[in-house]
Parts: sequence; C-alpha cells; structure tokens
Amino acid sequence: MSSPTILIIDDESQIRKMLSITLHANDYKVLEAPTGKEALPLIASHPPDLILLDLGLPDINGHEVLKHLREWYTNPVIILSVLSDETDIIKALDNGANDYLVKPFRTGELLARIRSALRLSQTDDNIPTGEFNDLTIDFSTRVVKKDGQVVKLTATEYSLLALLAKNEGKVLTHHYLLMNVWGPTYTNESQYVRVFIAQLRKKIEQDANRPAHLITESGVGYRFIGK
Amino acid sequence: MDERTLRVYLFHQPSKKVQYALSILAIAVVIGIGMLLHDWIGYQVVALMLLLAVSMLAIFLDIVPVLIAALLSAVLWNFLFIPPRFTFAVGSAEDRLLLLMYFVIALINAVLTYKIKQVQKEVRRKEAKANAVKFYNTLFNSLSHELRTPITTIIGATDNLISLEKKLSPQDQRTLINEISIAGLRLNQQVENLLNMSRLESGFLRVKRDWCDIKEIIYKTIHVLESVLLKYKVAVFIPEHFPLFKIDFGLMEHVLYNLINNAAIHTPENSAITIEAACEDNVLVITVADDGPGFPAAEIHKVFDKFYRLQGARPGGTGLGLSIARGFVEAHGGSLTLENLPVHGAKFSIRLPAETSPSSNLKNE
Repeated sequence: MSSPTILIIDDESQIRKMLSITLHANDYKVLEAPTGKEALPLIASHPPDLILLDLGLPDINGHEVLKHLREWYTNPVIILSVLSDETDIIKALDNGANDYLVKPFRTGELLARIRSALRLSQTDDNIPTGEFNDLTIDFSTRVVKKDGQVVKLTATEYSLLALLAKNEGKVLTHHYLLMNVWGPTYTNESQYVRVFIAQLRKKIEQDANRPAHLITESGVGYRFIGK
Repeated sequence: MDERTLRVYLFHQPSKKVQYALSILAIAVVIGIGMLLHDWIGYQVVALMLLLAVSMLAIFLDIVPVLIAALLSAVLWNFLFIPPRFTFAVGSAEDRLLLLMYFVIALINAVLTYKIKQVQKEVRRKEAKANAVKFYNTLFNSLSHELRTPITTIIGATDNLISLEKKLSPQDQRTLINEISIAGLRLNQQVENLLNMSRLESGFLRVKRDWCDIKEIIYKTIHVLESVLLKYKVAVFIPEHFPLFKIDFGLMEHVLYNLINNAAIHTPENSAITIEAACEDNVLVITVADDGPGFPAAEIHKVFDKFYRLQGARPGGTGLGLSIARGFVEAHGGSLTLENLPVHGAKFSIRLPAETSPSSNLKNE
C-alpha cells in the first residue's frame, strides 16, 4: 500500500509544523489547513486517508466541521482537543469522530491512534479470528481462549468483548456500548457496562486489576488493546 | 457563645432603623424599671442605671443612635425623676450639677467607645491588607518559580542546541533534549493544576455523576502513577461485592491521584501506602494512609490551604494539589480530612454521600 495521506486541520502553525515533521518522518504524506473553511474544499478535492481535526478552530467550530464532513466523508477522523472535558470529547465521538487525543499528547500515542484508525478503516468486518497476545477470539464460532484455554463467557459478555475487539485500539463510548450490546432502551443504564467490564476482566485478563486488554478511558468509555 | 460568634455579634451592626429603635427601646425599658423602683432606690441610682444602658448601647451601636440615647435619657431623667418631678425645672444646685455631669459622662462614654471602635476597624483593615499582600507574595514567588524554572530550562537548552550544535557531544545533546522533555511535562503539570484551581474558583465545575466501579478508579490511578510508586509498598483493600457509586469518575480519579502522589512525595522510599474503600450508610469512604513521618502538628490545619507548602518541602509543587482535591470532593457534597496516625504516618479520608447500586444483581445471560 502506498503511504497514506493525513490532513492536519489546526490553526496553530507551530502544532502543524510539529505534526507534519512527525508524520513525514513516519512515512505519511501530509496536507495542512489552518481553518475549517480552507479544509472543507481541500477534503473534497484531495480526500485524505485520515484527518487530524483540532476542535478549537477560529472560524467554524470543530464540531461543525465534523458534522459537514460526515455527510459524505467516511475515512477516520481523530480529534485533537485542549479541553480535557469529557462532554466535548463524547460529543465529537458521537458525531462520528473515530478517536481523540487531548493536547499535550505524546508522539507515540498519536502514531498508535493513527495506525489503529487506519487499520480499522481498511480491514473488513468479517475477519474470522483475532489474535491478541494471550487472547484468541474466534468470531465465527464465538469461542474465546486465554493462553489456549477456552474461557466461558455469557452471551452478553461475549458481545461486549467482540464489539470492543473488532474495534481494536479505538475508544468506544459508554453510550455506544450500551446501544450496541444491550439495545436502545438501555442507553442510560451505564451500571451494566461497569459490571460486565469488571466480570470480563476477571475472565480474560491475567490480572483484572491491571488490565492489558480492556482499558478504561476516564469518563468516556473503553478501548480494547490487542498487543 | 464562642469567640467567633461573639465577634460576629459585635461587629456586624444592625441597620440604622433597628439601631434607633434599639436605643429608644433600651432607654424606655430602663426608665420604666426606674419608675417602678423609684420609691426604693431614689432618683440618683436611676441615673446610674441609665448611664449603664447608654454605655452598653455605645458598644453595639453607631455614634448617632448613642448620642440620641444620651440626650433622651438626660431629658427624661430630668422630667420624670429630678424633683420637682414631671417638670423640666431642676430644684437644687446639686441636682443641676448632677444633671450636667450625667450628660457629660454619657457623651464622653459614647465618643470614647466610638473612637476605640474606629481604631479597631483600622487595625483590622491593615491586618487584612498585610495578610493579602503576604499571600500574594507567596503565591507569586511560588508560581514564578514553578513556571519559570522549566521555561528557563527549555529556552537555555534549545539555545545551546542551536548555537553550540557542533561543539556539544551527542551525549550532551541527548541530555539537553531530555531536560526539555522533563521541563515540558513539569510545566504541563503546573498548568493543569492552575486550570483546575480556576475551574473550581469560577464555580464552572460541573460534577457529572455516573455509575462508577471504585476498584476501577483506584487501580487505574495506581497504574497512572506506576513510575512514581515503583519504590513504595502499595496495598489496596476493597470489600468483595462492593457496590457501584454514582460519582464523577474523572474528578475522583484526580482526587486519588493527588492524594496518592502526595503520599509518595512526602514519605521516604519503601514506605507503605494503603488505600481502603468502605461503604457506610450510602456514604463512600476512601482512605489513603501512609507510614511516613506524618504532618507537623503546627502545620496540619494549613495543608488544604491554597498555595500552602510544608516547610522544607521538595521543589516541584505549587501547593495546589490538596486544595484541588478538597475542592473536587466538596463539589460532590463530600468531605476530605487529614489526621496523623497514632504511631507514625498520615491518613486522608474522603467521605462522599452517593447513590449506590449493588454490582451483582444485574441479569447476566
């Protein structure tokens, strides 16, 4: 595959410069736009493989840019925000952002998020099995193994784990998990997610108190880390 | 009445109208008592009673109502008591002198008390100003130190990297770059603290309550602090089947982060840090205890004060961590307290009233 193109939408030239050097050094092609107004036509003429979008743009609010984009653009969008306010992040994720990073972030983290977002957008949903270090999930037979031993999961536990694992590396909000595992009538019952995540950790993690796969994103949701 | 309520009582004066009403009422009451007792005690004693009333009023009221009370009491005493009674005439030269002296003493009393109160007010104002100046000096010293140290490092190191590029050994270059990185993280920590403090003070802080697994919050915080806690013995005690609590995950994570980090900073390596959770009548209790030296008794009540740092504390803090922790807990309607343990060590206790939900009765199919 040729190197993917990443568009950086941020009004701060320092941030654009820093990101652009980082991305070039990691073999990505880079496009830059300082405002939402300049970004939208650029995306239409040269659709990038991934967008890094700052929420605090001076002209159009980042949330607005995201809404416009999502009318037709399907590639991943990663949000950059200076606010560690979860409400803002959850709103962006619910509006179709694939992931988020709070400024300041470490380069390693940025690259990991980009890699996982690109991987998810390129793999199709019908992969038969997932290998995640000590954990194997067979999505066709719904069999989960830890260190080669079959782990007995209830139907709900399995659905939750499978949903997270299929979105490996991506944060899924509590709302999204409730909606897709328990159904639309359960979207306010966040205690279900807490309890089932705790149960799953006991079954699939080596140490449930120091989870390696099911990672908590404070106030936002959960992220499955494969390796 | 303890000292504080007494002070509030003395220095928070009632409104003007109430003051006039009080002074007239007080004189009327004393005159009434005087009329009743006149036959037994004589009119001179009535004058002393009135003088006492005026003196008392002078302590509590402004100067004008007191002067009115002095004048009113002199006139009424003359009219109602000095023979010939029920006339403004004064019979003997002795009584004329008595009346004059009564009036002068009442006036001196009123004016003197007023002056003392003015001086006290001035002293209090100056004290408050001196305290404010001292507070801001400490604040600016601490802040400018904590912000300028990393900034100086970043500017100095980058200057060297740019202008001395060829002279620096690769190892020195790496050291400088590493210092820039550490300075950046330190600056970020300080800014985070200041932002949280202003979030608290602006009243903009919203507590977003949602069901939380306390075990998850505690272990996540320990995980975030892993590099700090490497050399400490950390133990966690949470009862089996501990319920879920409706609290703000992010804020409580921050509180625990500050408390556990604080315990590590103020205790020697290899100290034990013990975190315990309990539920007492729908109140979530989390304690963070250590077996370090504890807090100096003279300073223990100040540790939650903004910008307060223990005497001889290591550099790198702004003295905001614990006040932010207390602020976040209080925003939940809870309390955060500190006590020294009997032998050695200190214990922070968080008490949060919160809705609970048993974690084990959900359908699992």
